Amino acid sequence: MSHDVLPEIYAALRQVAPEIDPAAIDPGAVLVESLDLDSMDFVNFLEALSDRVGVDIPEADYPKVQTLDQIVRYVTAAPGR
Amino acid sequence: MDAIPKRRRPGQPEPNMPDLAAARRSFTWDEARRWLDGLPGGGGLNIAHEAVDRHAHGPRAGHVAIRWLARGGAIEDVTYAELAERTSRFAGALAALGVGRGDVVFGLAHRTPALHVAALGTLKHRAVFAPLFSAFGPEPIAARMTIGRGRVLVTTASLYEKKVAPVRERLTTLEHVLVIDDGRWPAVAGAPGVHRLDDLLAAAPPTYGIGPTDPEDLALLHFTSGTTGKPKGAMHVHAAVIAHHATGRLALDLHADDVFWCTADPGWVTGTSYGIISPLTCGVTVVVDEAEFAADRWYRILAEQRVTVWYTAPTAIRMLMKAGAGMAAGADLSALRFTASVGEPLNPEGVRWGQEVFGLPFHDNWWQSETGGIMIGNVAALDVRPGSMGQPLPGVEAGIVRVADDGTVTEITEPGVDGELALRPGWPSMFRGYLGEEARYRACFAGGWYRTGDLARRDADGYYWFVGRADDVIKSSGHLIGPFEVESALLEHPAVAEAAVIGLPHPVAGEVVKAYVALRPGHEPTEALRSELLGFARKRLGPAVAPREIELVRELPRTRSGKLMRRLLKARALGLPEGDTSTLEGGGA
Repeated sequence: MSHDVLPEIYAALRQVAPEIDPAAIDPGAVLVESLDLDSMDFVNFLEALSDRVGVDIPEADYPKVQTLDQIVRYVTAAPGR
Repeated sequence: MDAIPKRRRPGQPEPNMPDLAAARRSFTWDEARRWLDGLPGGGGLNIAHEAVDRHAHGPRAGHVAIRWLARGGAIEDVTYAELAERTSRFAGALAALGVGRGDVVFGLAHRTPALHVAALGTLKHRAVFAPLFSAFGPEPIAARMTIGRGRVLVTTASLYEKKVAPVRERLTTLEHVLVIDDGRWPAVAGAPGVHRLDDLLAAAPPTYGIGPTDPEDLALLHFTSGTTGKPKGAMHVHAAVIAHHATGRLALDLHADDVFWCTADPGWVTGTSYGIISPLTCGVTVVVDEAEFAADRWYRILAEQRVTVWYTAPTAIRMLMKAGAGMAAGADLSALRFTASVGEPLNPEGVRWGQEVFGLPFHDNWWQSETGGIMIGNVAALDVRPGSMGQPLPGVEAGIVRVADDGTVTEITEPGVDGELALRPGWPSMFRGYLGEEARYRACFAGGWYRTGDLARRDADGYYWFVGRADDVIKSSGHLIGPFEVESALLEHPAVAEAAVIGLPHPVAGEVVKAYVALRPGHEPTEALRSELLGFARKRLGPAVAPREIELVRELPRTRSGKLMRRLLKARALGLPEGDTSTLEGGGA
């Protein structure tokens, strides 16, 4: 199922940090560290993603969406998808 | 606004300053100097001796100076004795490289003890330490290192690769790069002037005798931003430690057995003055967290490390508020005794939220790079007025002034009137100049006052209230951002004809950077181009400085003399009447 989630994640990332090359993202790396995002970038990214995929990502769940792999899993497993 | 009265819990120590008014009457900076030791044999005053060596040579040698919480969960304790050895090795390594007294050593690293060692070791060697924020992009780094004529840079291999290598050729004064090996050493080992820091430290002697240090010797270089021109390097001397120490005791109420967590990054002035120097001079344990903000992690740190005094910032407090009080419910926060905030005014809601969740109001305080230490604060002995920055500390004379067009300064003595916040010069951590910019330094003083550039008012009881900035400087997440630096980066793009940058109000960050860009003929205002410009700016400036928003416009408003009218753009963005920008302009300043 991840094949339809990934483009949305990339698009949300591009909204916040267009300089990022999706191909260079290590799926297991913590995004904030590996992509030089700050806390506000990260929140903006998750909000953009949330709007795109229609999945609510409450702040309490932020620890579960630190890497690309984790985000794919989280969104894919969300109810209603 | 109702004041929040203070209640001391059983078992808590008496505040260091039980009566602010009495302390203001009796305090002198000479007395505060006597709270420190000075170098042995009358050798002067050195920050590193007061912060490290005097504890390492006394009964606190085995006390934990730094408790480092690594990203992955590991914890490393560094005692005062160990910190003395590591900083001595660092100073010895600088000596071995031929780095001299007064040479500038830049630090660009994440929050790890290696950075603390570099800062304090540099001061031991009587060189000058200049912190850089690790979320800066290559351009802000190059600009500051060029102005500071940095001879040495301490950084990690990853940061060197990403942020320094692209501008390395422009850094003509840079001779030595001391690389913290984060696993990427092989990738940078061939670069000019690089040394693996661990190798240098291992080869250096474990002790280092600090040479005679004049209290007026240059110690720290803190970069800050104005509306126009390049960043300014505010110069601070070793005597600043008198204020660092005194304000740690009086404004943050630090006691020797405290566990203190200053969440500011050492890449900024707060993280240096209060993340490194001030608490160590007080002999406390300093908590250093490597990871970025996460609400659950922060509550866990407060609880597990039994943090007693916590110094944080409005942006972080607002993020915690957003995450909800429920997240704090499971955490045992009973060790906390004093919580403080700085960087920008903390909204009254934030102060009261602290009272609800921690049983403690946040003590907002005010200072800036130029003042070197806290000047005005809500202190332990004083009722907190939510939204106020508090009252001037002992040894600090503050006033609200009006500056006439001819430069004449008049103090406004009646309460409740807006004007520019000003301070009477003379406290030990006052900046001694902007490096290489005497005229800009002199322009900060008028009529016997240091003009802060902040607009404020004082109420009838002597509490100060922040009103706004007198200039166009943007304050985002507590950090000052100069619009000129951002505009200059955007102008490097071939499609950009002109750019104007303002701060837009933001519920969490206080302000965010927004850029208005007018395009050169032949370029269409497409979404693709807007996105490209955003990425272009972020690559050069880094997330800490780059705009979060870019709007493409036909043209930018300018005065007849060609000066950008940023305030008019701001009025438009906020939906204020364009003719009425009085609330945005410099008020009485």
